Amino acid sequence: MDFMVFQYPMISVQACLDGILLGILFALIAYGMALQWGVMNIINIAQGDLVILGGYIAYFMYLYGIHPAWGVIVSPIIMFFVGIAIYKLVINKVVDRDLFISILATFGISILFMQLMNFAFGADVVLANSDYGTTMLFNSNVVLPNSKIFSAFISILFAICLVIYMKKSKLGRAIRATAQNARAAKILGVDTEKVYAATFGINAALCGVAGALISITFTIHPYMGLPYTIRSFMIVIVAGLGNLPGVAMSGMGLGVFEEFADYILGTEFRIGSVFLLLVLILVYRRFKLSRKREYLK
Amino acid sequence: MSISKNNLILYIGILTFGIAAPFIFPAFKVQLSILCVLIVLATTWNIQGGEMGYNSFGNILFYGLGMYLCASVQVGMFFPLAEWTESGGEKTFVHTPAQFFQGMAVGLIVAAVVPTIVAGLIGYSILGLRGHYFAICTLGLGVAAGEISGGIEIIGAGQGFTTPPFPDVGSLDSRGEFFYFLSFFVLVLTFIAVRGIYSTRFKLILNAIRDNEDKAEAMGIETMKYKIVGWMISAFFCGLAGGIMGGLVGYIDSTDVAFDGREMGVFMVLMAILGGKGTLWGPIIGATVFHIFKEGFWTFFLGWQYVALGVLIVVIVIYFPEGIMGWLREKYPERFGEVVDEKDRKAQVELK
Repeated sequence: MDFMVFQYPMISVQACLDGILLGILFALIAYGMALQWGVMNIINIAQGDLVILGGYIAYFMYLYGIHPAWGVIVSPIIMFFVGIAIYKLVINKVVDRDLFISILATFGISILFMQLMNFAFGADVVLANSDYGTTMLFNSNVVLPNSKIFSAFISILFAICLVIYMKKSKLGRAIRATAQNARAAKILGVDTEKVYAATFGINAALCGVAGALISITFTIHPYMGLPYTIRSFMIVIVAGLGNLPGVAMSGMGLGVFEEFADYILGTEFRIGSVFLLLVLILVYRRFKLSRKREYLK
Repeated sequence: MSISKNNLILYIGILTFGIAAPFIFPAFKVQLSILCVLIVLATTWNIQGGEMGYNSFGNILFYGLGMYLCASVQVGMFFPLAEWTESGGEKTFVHTPAQFFQGMAVGLIVAAVVPTIVAGLIGYSILGLRGHYFAICTLGLGVAAGEISGGIEIIGAGQGFTTPPFPDVGSLDSRGEFFYFLSFFVLVLTFIAVRGIYSTRFKLILNAIRDNEDKAEAMGIETMKYKIVGWMISAFFCGLAGGIMGGLVGYIDSTDVAFDGREMGVFMVLMAILGGKGTLWGPIIGATVFHIFKEGFWTFFLGWQYVALGVLIVVIVIYFPEGIMGWLREKYPERFGEVVDEKDRKAQVELK
């Protein structure tokens, strides 16, 4: 336990700003999760592993001398096809079935990806150095790496582009129609199979963007996927499906919570506190709903 | 509960085989003990996942808790726990045989009782969730427990916790035999308990909860009470299994051995599904097949085990969700006491 964060207000400011910038990234991943959950009614445990895979793409570009920021463009393109491949191989067989089947099947994919990445890229913690320097605020009391600001900016940009795309384009309309009622959409001539594949691809591409940004701003490691899945799940259940401002807000809230947990409890309890927060949120919602004799389902 | 003559012969056969096994296959004693533990885990997971319809990833919580508790009690009864973990693997303190067995006995009791109480305490909050919320919540519980126990100094934190080494009694084989018979005893205990439960009204209530919880509640069943009791039974045996496994492995690490959601936590779900959810024998068959497959073929994959595991999970879940028992039941319905109407069967074939 360390309460320095309360004695020096500048540390709190630092934690808040760090948390908000981090939370915007979480919100981007959570947006992908909400998309596939709403459209296909599956929960993808491999979400975090897709993020890490996207991060490794940017990292490899960095290793070959290309500036990792280009990963923001390359990584989603590759991840889109990875996502479609996963959909064709596994997900299309679990879409209409029990949710637990999809959880377990994607858990299998998650273990598979984790190990394949471990073989391919090694078990070291890596980061792609972007050389963006830092920004000093408040008399150099608060230090913000420019890469974090860059990543938050890019995340917002991608989220806005996606929202406009979902509103305006034909595929976006088809996706929204399928989310509302898959059967009716099918009757009205929407190729739902294609919509599902595209949705999963878009989700994977979003993960790719987020992963590339994470490899620039933070570190990546083959086994770090599951916490990202849990974070995005948590953000989605707090915000609700199809509530984008809510997703952004709860993402930032989670980011700030994590930074403070990091300062107060110590870094070794950071991931543990995320998982514990998930349990607490679910239990809180369960008691809130049970007053009306309803339940989380 | 009544036992038919055929079944009695079967049980006696299995019991004799179980007792004779370590002497027939002396080289596989450790593997056989692990098999017993796996069967216990799969069978108790089946109480939630199969009979009650609550797919839990969190039974690993009780397993890990039992493991840490058993070892801590075994050490803490005679020596200062903090110094023991401080010295790591170095044997500054040595248990005498009497101390070891006493500690193990008390440790196992604690390892069984405390997780049961924990399950009872958290049960009311957690079991109010349904479907995938329950699954993800329990997954979170298991991982959180692993991460948090990895930060606690007194039980070894990140560097792990060495359980007391087996004392020098009799021959070299005695360690393997001791742990084998201990785990086999727990297995028999679990089987008797579960079989007893499955022949009572309790099982029917669990099935009613699985099929339609709202209706079950409307029929006047206090579903929450039964759900909690079901989870507590699981926790009891999971804790015991964990305590034995801790002694057997000899080394406890927070995320790789105790709260190993990636391995043991998935194994128990997978074994139960492979064998057939919601049957008495399914998890037992599933665990045996899985363990033989794992030990037989793991060595061929050399480092690719987890890749194979991932593929195996996907394949079993997608193509074989009914499990071995479900497949047998489809193939030979008469053996399961189901009356098959020939006309009905033909009609179904035509429909297909």
